[in-house]
Amino acid sequence: MTALNIEILCKSFPAVGAAPSLLIYRDFHLSVEAGSFLCLLGPSGVGKTTLLNMVAGLDRDFEGHINFVDKAPAAVRLAYVFQSPRLLPWRTLLENLLLVLPPGEEAREEAHRLLQELGLAEAAEVYPERLSLGMQRRAALARAFAVKPDLLLMDEPFVSLDEPTADRLRDLLHRLLKRHPATVLFVTHDSREAIRLADRILLLEGPAPVRVRRDMTINLAEEERRSESQIEALRQQLLSC
Amino acid sequence: MNTGQRLFWTVLSLSAFLVLWQATAFVVASRTLPPPLAVLEALVTAARQGELFYNIGATLARVAAAFLLALLLGSTIGILLGRSRAADQLFHSWLILFLNLPALVIIILCYVWFGLTEAAAVTAVAINKIPNVAVIMREGALALDRDLTEMARVYRFGRWKTLRHVVLPQLVPFFAAASRSGLALVWKIVLVVELLGRSSGVGFELYMAFQLFDVATILAYAFAFILVIQSIELALLQPWERAANRWRR
Repeated sequence: MTALNIEILCKSFPAVGAAPSLLIYRDFHLSVEAGSFLCLLGPSGVGKTTLLNMVAGLDRDFEGHINFVDKAPAAVRLAYVFQSPRLLPWRTLLENLLLVLPPGEEAREEAHRLLQELGLAEAAEVYPERLSLGMQRRAALARAFAVKPDLLLMDEPFVSLDEPTADRLRDLLHRLLKRHPATVLFVTHDSREAIRLADRILLLEGPAPVRVRRDMTINLAEEERRSESQIEALRQQLLSC
Repeated sequence: MNTGQRLFWTVLSLSAFLVLWQATAFVVASRTLPPPLAVLEALVTAARQGELFYNIGATLARVAAAFLLALLLGSTIGILLGRSRAADQLFHSWLILFLNLPALVIIILCYVWFGLTEAAAVTAVAINKIPNVAVIMREGALALDRDLTEMARVYRFGRWKTLRHVVLPQLVPFFAAASRSGLALVWKIVLVVELLGRSSGVGFELYMAFQLFDVATILAYAFAFILVIQSIELALLQPWERAANRWRR
């Protein structure tokens, strides 16, 4: 687990063709406590994924800095569950997991254990494209937890699944986090999903540059997160101006 | 079509070819168009004397050396051009230049500059093929999936792991295309190289037969070589491609 300080003075996308350049973040500050589950909630295209990519170090083209408290960036174990599973289609599920682990027998056992835990034991030797999207998403989760992340970035990881499947995966994520605690940055445009999972919700809104419309702490017990009425009540509160 | 049907049609079509050939040879009745049996006879004679195997072996060795050299250098150049915009802009015109340089010019220049040596022969063939491979592999490198590259970066694959597990598997279809077109091109150019400046190999034998107007031997070597190249395709390239593509749905 690691705490995180994000300070983005300026992030813009350059003009491409007829489209003008776009300033996405200006003087954006965010501190994330170690072990918290922070949901970034906002409409599509507002810049949530861009923020995750900057935290992940995939996008370094910005002014400002992102610091991990008490840790050098190289020492932070980072996992990223992308919007599409991004498994290597020419490697089996097991191989996909082994690739993020150090070599050795221990890693192999760990990979098998994780696949077991996510109900993928039978599919260990199967190539990803032969599996359903739900299974591929579970495999992407397994891969993320395989590295025992301090910081877990998730970009709409349960999108385009039917609701019951998505809900089972949310339960699974919750269970996994209990066993392997991590600081989580979770991007979604679904307010119910955010309330169901998060300790803290940051409601972002456009148009660019991004503004924080609301920063809300969610204190719900596990059973309350399953109650429709509780979720609905908080949703009203969250979205009302 | 199942295997039996395919075999049937192949045999039928080849037989039709033989019949047509036989009939034409009968009508023309000239030494310059021997019938199939005369060609078979020439083939058996050449095989019995051991010349056939010696020459095909010599040619195959040159094909293999030039092919590997071209594939290795061509892929390296192609991938570099695909990955770096600056390099692509700088060397694009060179590539066009070499692509359009006649094979014969390259062969003659290699012999003039490096002498009538084995190295010059293989180099000439490889240079003919390198731009071709480079163009195909550049397309492959341009089409690399950014999503997977990012994934590899986040999970700290490192250079070698990324190359082996992320980049090269995506290049397999391009590699296969380059090998296919490469094999067909390379063996044809090798024959020219042998004809112009070597004293062994199928090209050299064809030249000797040409001097004697021995068309039966020319055709015998041609068919023997077609057989060899087809077996390479069937025994090596196709199984490799199947293995590399087994993950596809």
